[in-house]
Parts: sequence; C-alpha cells; structure tokens
Amino acid sequence: MNVIRALTQNKVAMFGFAVLLLLSLIAIFGPMLYDGSPWKMVQRPFIPPFANDRFLLGTDTLGRDVLAGLIYGARISLLVGLVSTVIALLIGIPLGAYAGYFGGWVDEILMRFTEVFQTVPSFALAVVLVAIFEPSVYSITGAIAIVSWPPVARLVRGEFLALRNQEYVLAAKLNGQSHRNIILKEILPNSLSPIIVLASLMVATAILLESSLSFLGLGDPEIMSWGYMIGAAKTVIRQAWWLSFIPGVAIAVTVLALNLLGEGLNEALNPKLSGKREH
Amino acid sequence: MKKIFMGALVACVPLITPIYAAEEGGTINVVVQPEPPSLMIGMYSNATTQQVGGNIFEGLMRYDQDLNPHPLLATSWESSDDGKTWTFHLKEGVTWHDGQPFTSADVVFSIDKLLRETNARLRTSLAHVESIEATDDYTVVFQLKESFGPFIRLFEVGTTPMLPKHIYEGTDYKTNPANHHPIGTGPFKFAEWQKGSYIHLEKNENYHVQGLPHLDDVYWHVIPDAASRAVAFETGKIDVLPGGSVENFDVPRLTELDNTCVTTDGWEFFSPHAWLWLNNRQGPTADVRFRQAVMYAMDREFAKDVLWNGYGKVANSPVGSKTKFYDADLPAYEYNPDKAKQLLKAMGYNGEPVRILPMPYGETWQRWTEVIKQNLEEVGINAKIESTDVAGWNQKVSDWDYDISFTYLYQYGDPALGVARNYISSNIAKGSPWNNAEGYSNAEIDQWFDAAATAFPDEKRQELYSKIQNKLVEDVPVAWLMELEFPTIYNCKVQNLIDSGIGINDAFGTAWIKQ
Repeated sequence: MNVIRALTQNKVAMFGFAVLLLLSLIAIFGPMLYDGSPWKMVQRPFIPPFANDRFLLGTDTLGRDVLAGLIYGARISLLVGLVSTVIALLIGIPLGAYAGYFGGWVDEILMRFTEVFQTVPSFALAVVLVAIFEPSVYSITGAIAIVSWPPVARLVRGEFLALRNQEYVLAAKLNGQSHRNIILKEILPNSLSPIIVLASLMVATAILLESSLSFLGLGDPEIMSWGYMIGAAKTVIRQAWWLSFIPGVAIAVTVLALNLLGEGLNEALNPKLSGKREH
Repeated sequence: MKKIFMGALVACVPLITPIYAAEEGGTINVVVQPEPPSLMIGMYSNATTQQVGGNIFEGLMRYDQDLNPHPLLATSWESSDDGKTWTFHLKEGVTWHDGQPFTSADVVFSIDKLLRETNARLRTSLAHVESIEATDDYTVVFQLKESFGPFIRLFEVGTTPMLPKHIYEGTDYKTNPANHHPIGTGPFKFAEWQKGSYIHLEKNENYHVQGLPHLDDVYWHVIPDAASRAVAFETGKIDVLPGGSVENFDVPRLTELDNTCVTTDGWEFFSPHAWLWLNNRQGPTADVRFRQAVMYAMDREFAKDVLWNGYGKVANSPVGSKTKFYDADLPAYEYNPDKAKQLLKAMGYNGEPVRILPMPYGETWQRWTEVIKQNLEEVGINAKIESTDVAGWNQKVSDWDYDISFTYLYQYGDPALGVARNYISSNIAKGSPWNNAEGYSNAEIDQWFDAAATAFPDEKRQELYSKIQNKLVEDVPVAWLMELEFPTIYNCKVQNLIDSGIGINDAFGTAWIKQ
C-alpha cells in the first residue's frame, strides 16, 4: 500500500515508530523480567545511576529501583494515553459526524455543547474532575478523555461539512441509503486520515496530562508512573537531580516519538492535500 | 500537718538563673508558621499562638526537660499529706506590662473564671478541683476533690497562662480589645503586628527576673512557603527555624550550612507520638493477631532513618519515653516479617483488602504511607492507599470510616492528660479524630486509667501505668510508629535558646546573642 510505503521511506517517522515499538515491548514484557513491585524498597536510598550493577539507574528517595519504576511507568503512560484517546474518539467522532452531516439546529446544539468544554482550560478541568472522583487510574483516564474529545468533534464536523455535498454522497442519498449508512460507510472512511493523525498527537497529549496530574499528587496512589516519580523527586532536586531527570527524559522521548510518527502519518496519508487540511 | 513536697524542694532552685557571661542587646528573627490567628494564649491553642504568646505571658511554673516544675510566678508550693490541698506562694513585686501589680486575685480569676470558660483541656482537669481561694495577696490554695497526679503539671504557660484580672473581669473575653494588644507578665511586651508580615515583641524593661531578658527585640516573620523559609534562613534573614517549619528533606541540607546549630530539645512536654489508628470494630484489624502482625511487619527503623533523617525514636509504648510513668521494660515489637506472616496464617487471613488513609500533611507523611503499605504487602496483607485531603481525613477518622489511618498527638507530660484519652472506652464517640477513634474497649484498662489519675503518691501511679502499658502493648489497639522529634535549626550566634520542656514557646526570655 502507498501509505505504508510512504511511511517506511520517512526515516524520521520510522524512528518514532521504532521508539514506540520498543516502549510497547517494554511495557508489555518488562514487568515479567522485573518480578515484584516497583514500590519495593530494595536498597539504600539515593544510589546514583550506574553506581551499582544491580540497580542500573540507581534508587529513589525511599530506596526503590528507578529502572523498575520506569518500566512500570511506561505501562501506565501508554495505557492511559491509548485508552483515553479511544474514549475521546468514541465521544468526538459521533458528535462531530452528526453536527457536520445534519447541520442546522443539530449542529448548533452540538457545537455549543462542545464549546462549553472548549472554553474551560483543559488541564484545570482535568484536575477538578480527578479531585472530585478521587484519583484512580479510571478517573484519570476518564478525565483525560473528557477534556480531549472537543478537538475531535470539531475536526470531524469540518470533514463532514466538506464532504457531505460531494457527488458520491449525493448519489448515495438518491440511492435511498439510510443516514446511518451514509455516515458510516460513505463519509467516515474518507475522513479517517486526519483523524488518525490527530489521534496520534492526542496520545502524546494524554501522556503529558497523566504525567502532570501524577506530578501534582493526583495520580493513582497504587500505580507507579513517570509523573509520580518526578513529583516525588522534585523536593530533592538539589541533592539528586537525576531522580527527576530520568523519568523526565522518558516522557520527553515518548512524546517526541509520537509527534514524529504523527507528522509522518500526516505526510503519508495526505500527500496531495498537505497544507490544505489545517484545522 | 503539712509537708513540703519533694518536687518543691528540687524546685527551690529557679530554672531561670541569669547567666552572667551573657551579652546584652540585639535583635532575633524567628519564623512563625503558620501565622497565628491571635496571640491570646488563653483562648487559642494553636501551636504558633503558643510559640509567640508564651514569651509575652507566663504560667505559675516552668518545666525543665525532665518535666520537673520550677518557680516562675510562684516561688514555692506545698501539698498536704493526702495530696488534696495545694498551697502556692506567689512572687512579690511582679507587674503586668501596663504597670499594675500581679497578685493572687489574678491567679484565681485566670484559672477559676477565664480559662475554665475558654480552655476545654484545662476544664477537664479542673473537674478534680473543689475550690481555688486567695488567702492573702500572695497565697493561693487549691482544694482538690481527690488526689490528682497530673495536677503539678497543669501550670505550663500554654495550658494555664496568668491573665490580668483588671483588664478582663466583667468583659466579654472573646471580644476584649486587649486580645489584640496582649498584656502579660513575661519577658517581652507586644509591640506591633503587621498581618501577613511580622509580629514584633520588645524587651520588658521591668521584668521581674533581675538581668533578663538579654535581647532587645524579637521579630516573628510570616513566610507562607516552606522553600522560602529555608532560603530566608540560608541568606541569614532568619536566625531561628522552630521545629517543623521547614520540610524534613530540607533539614540535612540546612544543618550542614556553616555556623548552623540544631537541637531536638524542647519538645519533652508535648512529646508528639505518631501511630496508626487500627479500626478495632470491623475487618481484619478487629483481630488482635492481625494488629500484632502489623507491628511486626513494619520496618520502623527504616522510616526513622530515611523519612525523619534519623531524628526521633521508634515507639514501643502508648506512653512517650520522655513522658512521666513511661515503662522502659516493656517488650518491644522488632521488625520481623516472618512472625507477622505466622500470625496472619494463624488467624486465617484471606487477603481481604485493607485501606490505608494517609495523613495529608505533606511530603513526609505521603512517603511514610508508601513505606507502610510496602511493609504490609510484603507479609501478604492486601493494602490499598486511599487519597484524601485534610477535611476528608478528619471526617473519615471521626466517622470511623477507615481501616488504618495515620495520626500524631501530643502527650502533655502525663499519661492522664495525653494518653488515657485515646484508650478509655468512655472516650469512644463519633465526631472527633483525637479521642478513642480506634474503638478499643477494655473494662480493666478503663479502671486502671481511672485509678492511676488519682492514685497517690507517684509510686502507686507508676505501678498502674506499667500494668496499663503492658496490657496495651499486648493488645495493640493502635500501631505505634515513632516518637517524633522536630529539630529546631538556628544560627549558632544564638545562645541558650532552648532551656525548658516546651522549647521555643518560652525560649527568648533567657536567650542571648553572641556578637
């Protein structure tokens, strides 16, 4: 297929893809190599990186293995990123599709509803939601999904507005096809590529949001995450800067990889339209 | 037939002895965190009200670091043989900051009228007092209903400050304008309070102890952010950081600075005692074997070294080791995960989840929760951490809606004042996180605590408190963690800073600065 060929020829995108593949493998299989829990206090606190062969990245303020924390943190970061994006798509795509396809008062109502969420700063809203529902991996995923779907809805609406008067759509209408069929089988497949690009960037944003929440102490207290590691180490940043730095690098690399892949997808999916599909 | 009580003999040497090598003058800058709601020590029991107000007001006695009483506004005292009649002789020639003389009428008014109305903790103790009378201007006689052991430790400035009758009598105590301009007998007079910025105290030139105070001014600075407080000390703007005013993780860095001194003295009277509430009513924590397993599962030395920088002491009794009637021969729960596992097996623990409620008092307590959870998981206890804020913590503990929860409370020098309240069954009541919130109920313990409060003399009290401690340590109604120590960090030029059992709360009358 053209898309895959275009993508594989894009070295930068392939680099992002490779990093993500590696991270996924670590997230899936890493915990099998590391038995026990990343919360386990294994050695004296504050061992610097590369000073001890058994604990390659050293230990944190309580003597917990930093490498184990990174591995388990990869799992939660990717999981929250993916699941919350899927939920956001499940909310945003139908809303945008209905608004764009039907237009008129349906469009008005749905877009005003979307704007309610867009006008509140997304991070502030996420903090409030997590605080109200008590921090857990479910409330965090839910909160991130709730603050992330409006851009999806707007994007999909735009696509549908542009496509609904295309000849093949009019033909399907004349054919007597149901609205549902037209939305799902005619228009949606043709607007998928910008959605895929947006989704890849949304995963990156979601990972950042999750890390920020954990950093502020609003993470799931049962789960080791990168944001938590930075938050717990920020108070000792003058004594042990690497405890904040290492998980910080992990977040940066992951988000960068997702962005590179997203850019690559954008170019591969829209070779002719690039520059035109700005939303 | 009256006899002079042994304690009073010891007390004939005043704790406040002017040190002649001391240098005069100078200003001292102290952190006050958080800003107190008021300096009226008789009506507000906030820690920082006590810190500042304790240098303006005085009690009848001062207590050293072994909690022995020493003369201050009372020069001597004696008790009758049965411990029911106490006679106090007051110092003559003491004046209030406004120039009025201090007499026995002030003592009777302060204790019997004002504080009885405004201080709930003192009110409970005053239930043992039949009458308080002034027999002449400088003599006050307390008639007790029965002998009450803690009586001699009631006269600390935070509990029983002497307040001026001529200003408060016949007024509404809470709204008296003098609350904003406190008038005491202490070494410092109130000068100015810039809200949100600083409180300025100035030297009392007419102080009743000859040669004191040495300092001219004390400034208490309000700095709301912990990191800024640490920086203010580093830059030399602040001379004294009272215990607990910077985060634990900053303590090692600050104490390593040049010309910086640190002491853990001055908390003996309060002796903050940290423990885990274990809900004795329901779930696995209702089983004594489970509670013992918790004691064996915890690596408390680790927590002390890592979280508290080695300050403090692992607690092995409901009574603090610096509090009177502590029994040093109690069996200790050492860190022994195998024993914990055996106990859990014996009770048939089936992995039922146990919730841990952290205390939302900052970094150290959050990390401590993680350590305890890990300790419990390693012996097979299925522990889950709940998240909460201060209001939620108060409410959950008050409503008994928890399995395990952190706390720490003061001991107030005597088990009858600071320990009994957490174990006697008459103190089981919803609505307070500071009573018998674990729901431990044992008729024998109730009876012993009752008897110990009024037994006479001290040997009899010790016997009863030893029995109580042995029984409680066996039953583990709560899991004792540590006797906390909050180091006071100060510039080494400050001399003789802490010289009483309440530390910074009455420190500045005797402190001086080496130029």
